[in-house]
Amino acid sequence: MNAKIIEALKSRFGEQAAQTSEFRGELTVIIPKERIVEVCRFLKEDPGLRFDFLADLSGLDMFTPVNRFAVVYNLYSLANKHRIRLKVFTEEDEPKLPTMTGVWSTANWHERETFDMFGIVFEGHPDMRRVYLPDEFEHHPLRKDFPLMGIPGSLPLPKKS
Amino acid sequence: MEQRPEEVARKTRILQALENQHTSVTFEDALENDMILNMGPQHPATHGVLRLLIRLDGETVVGCVPEVGYLHRGYEKLAESCTYHEFIPHTDRLDYLSPLNNNTAYALAVEKLLGIEAPPRAQYLRVMISELARISSHLMFLGSLAMDVGALTVWMWAFREREKQYDLFENIAGARFTTSYTRIGGLAQDVSAETLAMVKKFVDELPGHLLECENLLNTNRIFLERTDGIGVVTPDQAVDLGFTGPGLRACGIGHDLRKANPYLVYNDLDFSVPVYTGGDALARYYVRMDEMRESVKLIHQVLQKMPGGDVHAFKPKKVLPRKERVYTKMEELIHDFMIVNFGVEPPVGEIYSAVEAPKGELGFYIYSNGEGYPWRLKIRSPSFVNLQTLPVMMKGCMISDVVAIIGSLDPVMGEADK
Repeated sequence: MNAKIIEALKSRFGEQAAQTSEFRGELTVIIPKERIVEVCRFLKEDPGLRFDFLADLSGLDMFTPVNRFAVVYNLYSLANKHRIRLKVFTEEDEPKLPTMTGVWSTANWHERETFDMFGIVFEGHPDMRRVYLPDEFEHHPLRKDFPLMGIPGSLPLPKKS
Repeated sequence: MEQRPEEVARKTRILQALENQHTSVTFEDALENDMILNMGPQHPATHGVLRLLIRLDGETVVGCVPEVGYLHRGYEKLAESCTYHEFIPHTDRLDYLSPLNNNTAYALAVEKLLGIEAPPRAQYLRVMISELARISSHLMFLGSLAMDVGALTVWMWAFREREKQYDLFENIAGARFTTSYTRIGGLAQDVSAETLAMVKKFVDELPGHLLECENLLNTNRIFLERTDGIGVVTPDQAVDLGFTGPGLRACGIGHDLRKANPYLVYNDLDFSVPVYTGGDALARYYVRMDEMRESVKLIHQVLQKMPGGDVHAFKPKKVLPRKERVYTKMEELIHDFMIVNFGVEPPVGEIYSAVEAPKGELGFYIYSNGEGYPWRLKIRSPSFVNLQTLPVMMKGCMISDVVAIIGSLDPVMGEADK
């Protein structure tokens, strides 16, 4: 199945989806961020692949000078019972990615969570708010430069009326 | 209606999100007005600390924004400074109604990363505890849904059964609630023959007790009218929204990871996946009741087929050695020291491993850079994703149906908020 997916992606997107790796039988494909929505739509709608289910979307802080942040899409095919992982890198100074909500509605909260935890902004998202932490909070805690103990005083208490 | 700029600024962002939702309601009568109702986070029917902002037209819900995060404890951040073993107790606190299932899911994920497998007896025992946890979670669902629509007796009866289960968990794991029972490559300890006899007695008696509850509910006019046709999700919407678990199977999609991508020894066991087509609260109730009976069937098979042997894989560099050997043998002492202090060191790589938890697909995405600590551990919690379906389910329902819909969704906020 993995070989079939690689072949289908290569014939459609050429070199842009050529960066693949396999670990424990799971296929990971690195996609340039301009093409990610297109690739997902292709994987979802292609009759042979039918990755119709976005199981998970998560951020990843590589803490490297280039390509610091990654967003990982774990797709699942209900028909073929198969998983695939897509990965998109984005830079530290402008962590922006196109939203996936147009392809799967479930991306809505996942992207809000990724924004909350990593500060990655998803352009075109209908409701780009924090999902867990208060709106006034300024930091993004799952970034590697955020200390485990937190930053004292960073969570403002409600004002007394 | 025009709003002054200072009024707009004063509005919280969650309120704005609610008002931005597309609603097709029109108010012709000047006396009619829409109302915004805040429900939770301290509300008995929200099953924890779920907060809902509901926009009402009379008694009809026209829009709803769920707000989560009141129980956020930052487990994904904590995981990055725990060794793989140290994180096991934290998994208890995700879905605290079925901690054994979370333990199993996490152990399976790390084992996949390490490339090891638990011995057969441990795998059978893991199936047994997962199914016991599934029954425990579904009993909670049964009791709370019935209570949400006004039937208190079922709550008491469901909790009587859960109490017996907690006695079982105490015998199996040593703790009633926070079990932390699995280890990487096996289990904390073997289960005694007396405990297995207790499990057998429990699953022998359970179907009769379920029938008692069903006799109270299945032909109860109040229960049926409060749940039939309430909170409908179509199959397309469910897949689009990432709905998993009994809710998805109530929409007519028979997706169950135990069948689709069998893990542990589910392949060798005989069970069926109940599927209903209503997509409403009643169908979700039927699915869960049938699933409990399938779990009973599975546990019976496990008790029959379970082989003997060790419950620990023999992988000295990856699996914690037995305590009695640590105290008497040099080699084991060294391995214990290394694993406790530096952690098991998996290869560089990333995996996603998911199991069918009582509430849906519980997945762990682990990115390892070869150290004893995960570089990134993402928890794909079913409750979090399932809560996204609430606005779809609630659109157009009555205010009294809100509690029935939340009850039928069965969210656990410990898991949704991580």
